[in-house]
Amino acid sequence: MNKFLLEGIFRRPLTEAAPTPEDSALEELARAVAGAGRRRLGRSLSIREVDAGSCNGCELEINALSNAYYDLERFGLRFVASPRHADVLLVTGPVTTNMAEALKRVYDATPDPKWVVAAGDCALDGGCFAGSYAVVGGVSQVVPVDLHIPGCPPTPTDLLKGLLALLDQPAGRPAA
Amino acid sequence: MSQLEAFLAAGRRVQHHRPWPRAVVDPAAWVKGVEGLADGRWTLVNLWAQADRVHMALYEAAAAKAGVVSLDCIDGGFPSVGRGHPPAIRLERAIQDLFGLCADGLHDTRPWLDHGLWGQRRPLAGGGDPAPAQDYGFLPCEGEGLHQVAVGPVHAGIIEPGHFRFTANGETVVRLEERLGYLHKGIDRLMAGAGLERGAQLAGRTSGDSTVAYAWAFAQAAEAALGVQVPERALWLRAVMAELERLANHLGDIGAVCNDAAFAIIHAHTAVLRERVLRAADACFGHRLMRDRIVPGGVSCDLDAAGETRLRNLIGGLRVAMPGIIHLFDDTPSLKDRTVSTGRLTPKLAARFGAGGFVGRASGRDFDTRRDIAYAPYDGLAFEVPVVRSGDVNARVWIRIQEVEQGLSLLEQCLAHLRPGPLRAEVTPVGAPTEGLGMVEGFRGDVFAWLALDAEGRVDRCHLRDPSWFQWPLLEAVIEDNIIADFPLCNKSFNCSYSGHDL
Repeated sequence: MNKFLLEGIFRRPLTEAAPTPEDSALEELARAVAGAGRRRLGRSLSIREVDAGSCNGCELEINALSNAYYDLERFGLRFVASPRHADVLLVTGPVTTNMAEALKRVYDATPDPKWVVAAGDCALDGGCFAGSYAVVGGVSQVVPVDLHIPGCPPTPTDLLKGLLALLDQPAGRPAA
Repeated sequence: MSQLEAFLAAGRRVQHHRPWPRAVVDPAAWVKGVEGLADGRWTLVNLWAQADRVHMALYEAAAAKAGVVSLDCIDGGFPSVGRGHPPAIRLERAIQDLFGLCADGLHDTRPWLDHGLWGQRRPLAGGGDPAPAQDYGFLPCEGEGLHQVAVGPVHAGIIEPGHFRFTANGETVVRLEERLGYLHKGIDRLMAGAGLERGAQLAGRTSGDSTVAYAWAFAQAAEAALGVQVPERALWLRAVMAELERLANHLGDIGAVCNDAAFAIIHAHTAVLRERVLRAADACFGHRLMRDRIVPGGVSCDLDAAGETRLRNLIGGLRVAMPGIIHLFDDTPSLKDRTVSTGRLTPKLAARFGAGGFVGRASGRDFDTRRDIAYAPYDGLAFEVPVVRSGDVNARVWIRIQEVEQGLSLLEQCLAHLRPGPLRAEVTPVGAPTEGLGMVEGFRGDVFAWLALDAEGRVDRCHLRDPSWFQWPLLEAVIEDNIIADFPLCNKSFNCSYSGHDL
């Protein structure tokens, strides 16, 4: 144990420099947020992750955001355990009919102002599960979506770029 | 001749089914099969349906033989397997939901995957008007001082959805009942009529953490059905990918179990190791999870010299890093206090349910598909299958630690065997309906794929069975008499797939 802690003091951190926010994400957000006129949340966002039907691939990469290489919390972004503590819902999966109600309730339980980020190809339009009797479709079929991060699954870097765009968006900080 | 072979020989053998034998039997013989399961002669590998028939895959451990028995349903029903052999209960409830085939004599006839929201009933049997929505009736639990705790489907962590209903007396859990099906995406029906390429894509998205194992099992089934010979290099590359997937998952979960015991330092270190594995996978195969890299006929990508060097460095790095982590795990009394004797699964129950993977091997079930129903290239590799009997959280972590060591050795052996050669054989329809079966040892246990192809080589019926089907019910058993606060620890030590189970 002591050895681990000592090494931790003297070794260089593994954490990598931040990627630049995705341009397309900034544009998408500028549109969405300008329209919605959301209030400023500052440079700190609490994220509630909701799996609404994913194969769990997206969850693996979202979990990876907390490892030492990406260290999500240094950006003021953190995952919280309840929608009531959240500013952002990070939703994955094609929304299944069996999860649609739960997703709606999570959205309603999240206080305003709030953003919804849909992560993964399935979350856009149902992906390869679109058209199934058991799938409603993309996340926007059930709750309004502000930003979409594509990928199957999106890599942690893709996710980070998208989430950083939330912090850096030009129109994303309308007057409080 | 083993007892299973004799049993199958008494039925009508189906010629176009490979590689396990399949025999059509009458209801009386079907019931004999159920008796064989109930008395422990055989293990239930899977139970699934086609429009008007049911199939049951059996394994005889004593003779290391496997086979499939089939029964044509009369009047939309078949003699229940679950009545005599509880591991089949949820499979039968799922068959009732999807096909409307009735398991005669099954006590628990509540819907399982069907939550009454699909807009139709029996989606794989031509549909039908939806049943009126009903509240799900949880099993009653009565007694003085009992209270219920309802958890989910949305959980506090970054995990998949499912509902857990705890009945507790104070802190002690008296009963846990799971309710799953929230992630049901209708994969079985999406498969129907799909080409092999689309089928492989869907199979690889059944449970994301096992995307390599699923793609391999599906490919095996397709290759068996069509008699395709996979090139040697492709086989070695498949094993490289499968072992990388196993390593990544084991490393991530060893840390996650410790994290659920509030011991974060191991989690921090194993998360770094997991990330290194995924980055190596990305550098070598172009995708961190190696999705869509295994395809029917072979593999869709090659490994170059730089990739081989990268993997050798990865193996070396993990060998340096692991001993310190193992020592820390084994030498921290506060962590041991949480993991030892917590969530104990008895060997008897593990054997009865045919629990696959580290869940079974931590409870004395000495089974590994790679060794016992060996498939290429594992039949040419040397490895040990670690088994212990204590069955607690600690044992499940220990098995995974040892499987990391085995995995590193397997990777090294695979790299040593790599020779230049073709990567993919041509997969062509044979002009007649055929059936194939694949079974692959994923990190979680045996992933089973069954495929019936039509004359044009399109999927007529595909059924994928996640190892979680036989592990989820055991989680209900192991949490009994533990405290609710230890549930996350027990749950993580099992790490069943929700998506793989819900399909």
